[in-house]
Amino acid sequence: MRTSEAGTTAPALRVRAVSKRFAGARALDGVSLDLNPGEAHALVGENGAGKSTLIKLITGVHRPDEGQVYYDGEPVQFAGPRDAQAAGISTIYQEVSLVPLRSVAGNLFLGREPTNRLGLVSFRRMNRQARDVLQRYGITVDVRRPLGELGLGVQQMIAVARALSTDARVVIMDEPTSSLEPREVDRLVAVIELLRRQQIAVLYVTHKLDEVFRVCQRVTVLRDGQVVHSGSVADTNRLRLVAMMLGRAVADVREHGATSFSEEHHAASGEPVLRAEGLTRRPLLSRVSVDVHAGEVVGLAGLLGSGRTETAKAVFGAEPVDSGSVHVRGHAGGAAKRARRWSPAAAIRHGLGMVPEDRAAEGVIGELSVRDNIVLAALPRLTRAGFLSDRRQDRLVDTFVKRLQIKLSSPHQKVRELSGGNQQKVLLARMLCLHPAVLILDEPTRGIDVGAKAEIQALIDELAAQGLGVLLISSELEELVEGADRVLVLRDGAVVGTLRGADIDEDRIMHTIAAAPPDAAASGE
Amino acid sequence: MTVQAVGRRGRTNPREQLQAAGVYLAIAALLLFNLAFTPHFATVTNLRLQLIQVAPVAIVAVGMALVIATEGIDLSVGSTMAIAAALIPLYIGYGAWPAIAVALLAGVAVGLVNGGLVAFAGMQPIIATLGLLVAGRGLALVLADGRLVELFDPTLGALGNSAVLGLPVSLLIVVGVAAVAGIAMRRTAFGRRVLAIGGNRAAANLAGLPVKRTLVTVYAFSGLLAASAGILSTARQSASDPSFVGLLIELSAITAVVVGGTPLSGGRVRILGTLMGALLMQLITATIIQHNLPDSTARMVQAAIIVAAVYIQRGRSRM
Repeated sequence: MRTSEAGTTAPALRVRAVSKRFAGARALDGVSLDLNPGEAHALVGENGAGKSTLIKLITGVHRPDEGQVYYDGEPVQFAGPRDAQAAGISTIYQEVSLVPLRSVAGNLFLGREPTNRLGLVSFRRMNRQARDVLQRYGITVDVRRPLGELGLGVQQMIAVARALSTDARVVIMDEPTSSLEPREVDRLVAVIELLRRQQIAVLYVTHKLDEVFRVCQRVTVLRDGQVVHSGSVADTNRLRLVAMMLGRAVADVREHGATSFSEEHHAASGEPVLRAEGLTRRPLLSRVSVDVHAGEVVGLAGLLGSGRTETAKAVFGAEPVDSGSVHVRGHAGGAAKRARRWSPAAAIRHGLGMVPEDRAAEGVIGELSVRDNIVLAALPRLTRAGFLSDRRQDRLVDTFVKRLQIKLSSPHQKVRELSGGNQQKVLLARMLCLHPAVLILDEPTRGIDVGAKAEIQALIDELAAQGLGVLLISSELEELVEGADRVLVLRDGAVVGTLRGADIDEDRIMHTIAAAPPDAAASGE
Repeated sequence: MTVQAVGRRGRTNPREQLQAAGVYLAIAALLLFNLAFTPHFATVTNLRLQLIQVAPVAIVAVGMALVIATEGIDLSVGSTMAIAAALIPLYIGYGAWPAIAVALLAGVAVGLVNGGLVAFAGMQPIIATLGLLVAGRGLALVLADGRLVELFDPTLGALGNSAVLGLPVSLLIVVGVAAVAGIAMRRTAFGRRVLAIGGNRAAANLAGLPVKRTLVTVYAFSGLLAASAGILSTARQSASDPSFVGLLIELSAITAVVVGGTPLSGGRVRILGTLMGALLMQLITATIIQHNLPDSTARMVQAAIIVAAVYIQRGRSRM
């Protein structure tokens, strides 16, 4: 942590006492912040704390009602993100905003493609330069492939590389690691080191506390639009940060871990409620078998591309398989199905439920109301003489809004207006109202705020205690360690290890993931 | 992050409401203009004529609205009308009702093919239905031997030109069709599914909805309505004219849907707005004709309106 060298130079960007109101509601209230060259500055806070608004004020999307932003000591008001970028302030957003059908190189140089003498795009030069740029950040991909074919993680890295390849003096990263794998996070951390050495100031917005300590030198905590803490990272600790973000006293925050899972493990015995056997889909999955008992939380661990999501989708019938079978002992009491002819509709009928990884693309239907989203899968049960019963719908929605504490202004509100955490709860409610025997949760706490995350973890615990079987996919190891009764480790589309009870810890999971496969070991890998 | 205050039906702000009301304002303006400047406009005969003339487009547009709500489009409606029209004289020997039944079934069959291509073969709706736009008209001409056939069937004649309680039968059919579609979309599980599929097909599939079956049903419904419009046109003209019946009606229907406030991006639908959109198009044409301007002017005005409507929606979807 070298904070001393940065302290001697003038801040690259200063935010002084800015306030912003939206339709009467106060989003920011007298917020000040200094970004020093060569320093990574963490900005943390729950959803709604004002982080996004602050970024938008800096990059000119919004104008502050009061206060002023200074860049290089001069007061500035950018016309928008483009203007800010031209001045040297690059922003990398949470959601990758690139063109999926274009090649990696095409995306990297979008809008500033190298041209030849005739003014036409020189693909040869563009591809070569793209390879050079990516190599600098340790990314090896075929730069001619369409971006959309690559994993979310790689796409995010390309977005980072794109922002950095413009001449930036300030880089704002809005939850850059939310879709990255641990290995990719390592790379990003290395890249941020590189930036700091080039005296670039980094504003690092994140939900993940360990990254604050790993990446940043200073930290600012926002709550309800106000700065509640700003100072050196070395002078604080994890627990204090959590307490400040949540507005609670340190003693209230549980000492034992970062998740809200209880320590106890669930008793699971007898026949499994879900038995998937030999699921194979070349080249993504080979003979994956998963059992889930009533009341058991089974975790799926593995890196991006190891086959976790593919396993979940194969079990749920959302993706075709070459061979394998799925048995569910749900409502139908002993239904066996060949996985080949399985579909989400059939899976749901037999007592499975799934909340997918990609909330926006596969989960919520943004234009529909919260109510319509919750009752979607249960529609046939909510009709009377063929017509939807308002009373039944409202009762169901009411029950789950209360039980999951979904924060909304009205059930008729469009679901896209809700925060990520509340959207996730809507999806949980959609499946829970079907009373499934087994629930498949693919990254249920990704990209949502600390409060909602804790609530969802506690809910998973509670549901399992009531006898629900859960198949939990998470790239956060602590979630698997504290939440799962059994963890299957996947690598290259196959199960490479199973950990149970007290054997489940981060070290063992990582070792199992990292253990070299026999053939690779033979080739000296 | 900032949650906006919203009204009961989830309409987010006054601007959006104004956009939704645009078609009503335009109709009001046109009516006022005609009342002031067009001689013989405010006569029962003329208003009645306008309503009868708009019926086929309005019926087709209701089916189109449902298809568009699934993020699809149905270009084959005009050809489906032609097929229905061509079948009437072939089966009128068995009586008017059997002939009508055959024509309606043919419409459903065309819709099933469209729906099958879209839902099961995974074709893009615009391509799948473009195929039947071309092939369907050809089939109709083959069926009819390419000729116009005059029909003198009393039942058919009554369908086209009689009235119940002073209201033209075709207008009653429009109202009935719109009521069925409106209730289905608002009050049934089927309607929720259609909107869910149009809003996010992948999510609808993962929620266990019968996506393919729903899509096929929607296209079949559109085919059924197109056939109804074909029968109605045939009845009104007392002639089956497969070369010209329903020609370019897909464009009028799409215009009516879009002008009525249903976005082409799917997931939302306005049935009443669609009827108003069809009425607006009819009023524009009537206004221009009654002021002795050429038909081509009417088309240009219609084109300008569809561009404007889509432009307004573009602003809407970006919010």
